[in-house]
Amino acid sequence: MFATTVSSGVVVLVGAVFLASTVEMVEALTIVFAVGHTRGWRSAFEGVAAALIALAALVAAFGPALVHVPLSVLRLIVGGVLLIFGMQWLRKAVLRSSGLKAKHDEDAIYNETVAELENVQSGTNRDRIAFVMAFKGVFLEGLEVVITVLTLGTSAHRLGLAATVAGIAVVLVAIVGAVVAKQLSRVPENAMKMSVGVLLVTYGTFWVGEGLKVRWPGNDTFLLAFVGIYAVVCWALVTMIKPKKPSSPAKVDA
Amino acid sequence: MNNQQPLVVRLLKGFGMFWWDFLVGDTPELFVAALVIIGVVALVSESWHANTVAVIVLPILAISALTLSVKRASDAAKRK
Repeated sequence: MFATTVSSGVVVLVGAVFLASTVEMVEALTIVFAVGHTRGWRSAFEGVAAALIALAALVAAFGPALVHVPLSVLRLIVGGVLLIFGMQWLRKAVLRSSGLKAKHDEDAIYNETVAELENVQSGTNRDRIAFVMAFKGVFLEGLEVVITVLTLGTSAHRLGLAATVAGIAVVLVAIVGAVVAKQLSRVPENAMKMSVGVLLVTYGTFWVGEGLKVRWPGNDTFLLAFVGIYAVVCWALVTMIKPKKPSSPAKVDA
Repeated sequence: MNNQQPLVVRLLKGFGMFWWDFLVGDTPELFVAALVIIGVVALVSESWHANTVAVIVLPILAISALTLSVKRASDAAKRK
């Protein structure tokens, strides 16, 4: 029973952190590739390095502080944040799957970034535009990874495991990205986002309950039930709102 | 952003803007829904001590919030 309980929680935690980190890093890598190919790799790598240092400083500052917050309070706050964040992800993924919102297109992002950068002249040896673009891309996407790792890891008392899984995802994406270069659009991003959304809402629901002293049947094992319930709900929502006739996507602004 | 403002003010504004965008952004209904869910479950669980009701109500409210938000976006898209 104990082994089952532990493994259920760990499986969901590892899945959520790995998928969320992979999705965010694919987005960051697309921007870094566009900057590197267009403006040169030196400033792009400097931007990446500066962003990683800034993210590490954030983790060092907030990571240890979170450990001192009472667990029930932490789980309620983290659960609330994950519930909102997860519902936002699921909403977008459902709308994309139903064809009512344009799918996230890495090729389009790459081409837009390249076009934007090609029109800007650099006046110095250090390409400030390239540095800022690479920094912004990695920092903003990385920040979402950091928030996911810190919230999920601290609340589950498995910060080390969450950080390791995120690190593996980042390295894997970097290696695969370097090999396949501009083929990042082949990553099934919407399916991954749907999975991440399901896992985030699962943890959000579970921890909001834990923070409010709700006793879940089967403890952590109930996480798996939530995964199944939310997956079925998403499938039903996609089926429900999918237009009968094919229509052009990108109609939803939000 | 106004560069005349002190660095601390700019940092605080940036921090606030990040969290506003992160939690509210273009789906304020989901933010409000999460607050309502927490309020209702707190009432059911901590005040009424009805654990079974809380176990059922919490996911149902989350699913309802998601469904309403998706339906709202879908209706808006179909009207265009």
